[in-house]
Amino acid sequence: MNPTTSAPSNAARALIAEDEPLLAAALTQALRQCWPTLEIVATVGDGLSAVREALRLAPDVLFFDIRMPGQSGLEAAAELTDTWPPERPFPALVFVTAYDQYALQAFDAQAMDYLVKPVQTARLEKTVQKLQLVLAKQAQAAINSGANFERMLDQLRHLLQVLPGVAATPPGSAPGAVAAPAPLRLLQVGVGTQIRMVPVDEVLVLEAADKYVRVLTATHEYLLRMPLKELAAQLDPNIFWQVHRSLLVRASEIATVTRDEAGRLHLGLRTRPERLPVSRLYAHRFKAM
Amino acid sequence: MKLHREFNGVSKLRHYLQVVAFTLVVATIQCTFMPDKPYGPPVVYSVLIGTFTWAIIDLGRELIPSAAETGWPHGWQGIALVLVGIVVGYLAGTLLADTLCVHYFHFYPPGALISGADQRTSILITVIAGLVGTFYFYAVNKSAYLEGKMAEARMHASESRLKLLETQLEPHMLFNTLANLRVLIGTDPARAQHMLDRMIAYLRATLGGSRQLSHPLADEFARLRDYFELMAVRMGPRLQYTLDLPVALRSAAVPPLLLQPLAENAIRHGLEPSVPGGHIAVRARAIESAHGPLLQIEVQDTGVGLHSHAVAPLPTRGGGFGLTQVRERLATLHGAQAGLELTPLAPQGTCARIVLPLTLSSA
Repeated sequence: MNPTTSAPSNAARALIAEDEPLLAAALTQALRQCWPTLEIVATVGDGLSAVREALRLAPDVLFFDIRMPGQSGLEAAAELTDTWPPERPFPALVFVTAYDQYALQAFDAQAMDYLVKPVQTARLEKTVQKLQLVLAKQAQAAINSGANFERMLDQLRHLLQVLPGVAATPPGSAPGAVAAPAPLRLLQVGVGTQIRMVPVDEVLVLEAADKYVRVLTATHEYLLRMPLKELAAQLDPNIFWQVHRSLLVRASEIATVTRDEAGRLHLGLRTRPERLPVSRLYAHRFKAM
Repeated sequence: MKLHREFNGVSKLRHYLQVVAFTLVVATIQCTFMPDKPYGPPVVYSVLIGTFTWAIIDLGRELIPSAAETGWPHGWQGIALVLVGIVVGYLAGTLLADTLCVHYFHFYPPGALISGADQRTSILITVIAGLVGTFYFYAVNKSAYLEGKMAEARMHASESRLKLLETQLEPHMLFNTLANLRVLIGTDPARAQHMLDRMIAYLRATLGGSRQLSHPLADEFARLRDYFELMAVRMGPRLQYTLDLPVALRSAAVPPLLLQPLAENAIRHGLEPSVPGGHIAVRARAIESAHGPLLQIEVQDTGVGLHSHAVAPLPTRGGGFGLTQVRERLATLHGAQAGLELTPLAPQGTCARIVLPLTLSSA
């Protein structure tokens, strides 16, 4: 019953992802004071290492900076929801951000816990109390409650929508009001010395592959040298559905949705043989009517 | 804000009262030169002719489309309006005054003829008074219009200055710097002081710099160093930079904070999104051209670079507010002789190159 009793037997472990070394050191120090039993298992400086280390070390709490190189804290969290082993409870998430009115509004709207840099001790203490309570409840329930996880997926989904590419957008332009240029009609794909014009109407699947995007039409496959995020911003989201952080599918091309034994969704296509995974973040789109 | 004129009844009434006062003055002068004649008829004629002329010119110009912005029709339309106003005003005013003088005021018996000399005087007075009056209103109107234009221009200028300030004093940068400073005060007070000094210099330049027209390139490089030092505290080993300014170019005149947006872009779009960070090099060179010596400044970074030319193969890409502002400043000062271009670097990174006429200040 008492949250403090559960801590010594199984001390909480935390991971800090913060790209500014001084701020990372400061947060570590502040946490040591407010929460002496917390063990900080790693401090990383970018969004890619954040995911890698979180999966390797399986901490109980994640402190993620929003704006980080590689990928943003939000994107890193979204990736983790997909790759996290189902038998382990998902860690408690706390986002850390410097002044950024759009982000703060979005967090407030989603009732998501966050810390504002410079981190004030009083605020950190409150967050720590909340975290201890959450971890104690989790320990009691022994299993990550599905409802909580769903709620967090929901929050993340909203935040990713409202703050598209917080890491990539220059702060001068309002991330909330993304300029909507005319939707792209043609992809200009460099093939050898040629440029192939591929009508967007023929594109069925777009898959992120490192710095490239794999473009699949009914009969061909092309490589486009640009990040998927940037391409996605120029496509109609009602026609191309995001089903995974690295997959965009033409909605009318989806033929079947099947659930495997682990509860994951997979898409079958009308004209192509590929089976595409659906991440948990986007699974809410596929429900029988 | 666009200056848009609307029909204004009060100002029209004011114009009319001014016209009536003017016609009374004209009538009085007429009487003074011809003391043998009664005062009544010239007043009636003067006021009526004035009224018709005013109505045609002052109300008529509202109907002419080319008067929409300035309030006065362009070119021949304006001249034609005045001529029509004077001729019609004279004829209609005289006709009505004749009738009134005979049948209402009984100045003359019915059928009395007005002498040819009187008529000529009357026409002359109408033409002169009409021209004087028109010119007066035209001048008043024009100065009001110009004042409005100036207010508009002033507003634009302060608006763009505010916007510039906003991008330079971006809150995210400011609060992150303060957060770092807060940490340093506890752990390394000497470094905190050093950082605070840089920040004070940076703030002073940002808040006051845009008032000056130009300053030596050495000062510009010093401001860049302040900015990079601030960012280096925050980014640690992820930011490396070199500043290369030949001694001969230290006194070259440049607009203050011209390079600031380029340095910020190199960090924000180049190094910040890159996991290992990178290196920024700023170099100044004097180059020769057909039009005389030019100053070339390059800001090169090894960051993530401008991708997406696969989809938008336009050379004009990279038109954020910072770059637009640099281009506008260069164009205002030097026209086509100065310019800014962005080029991707291999294997990765971006180079922003500014060229402007080289002027060495003697100071």
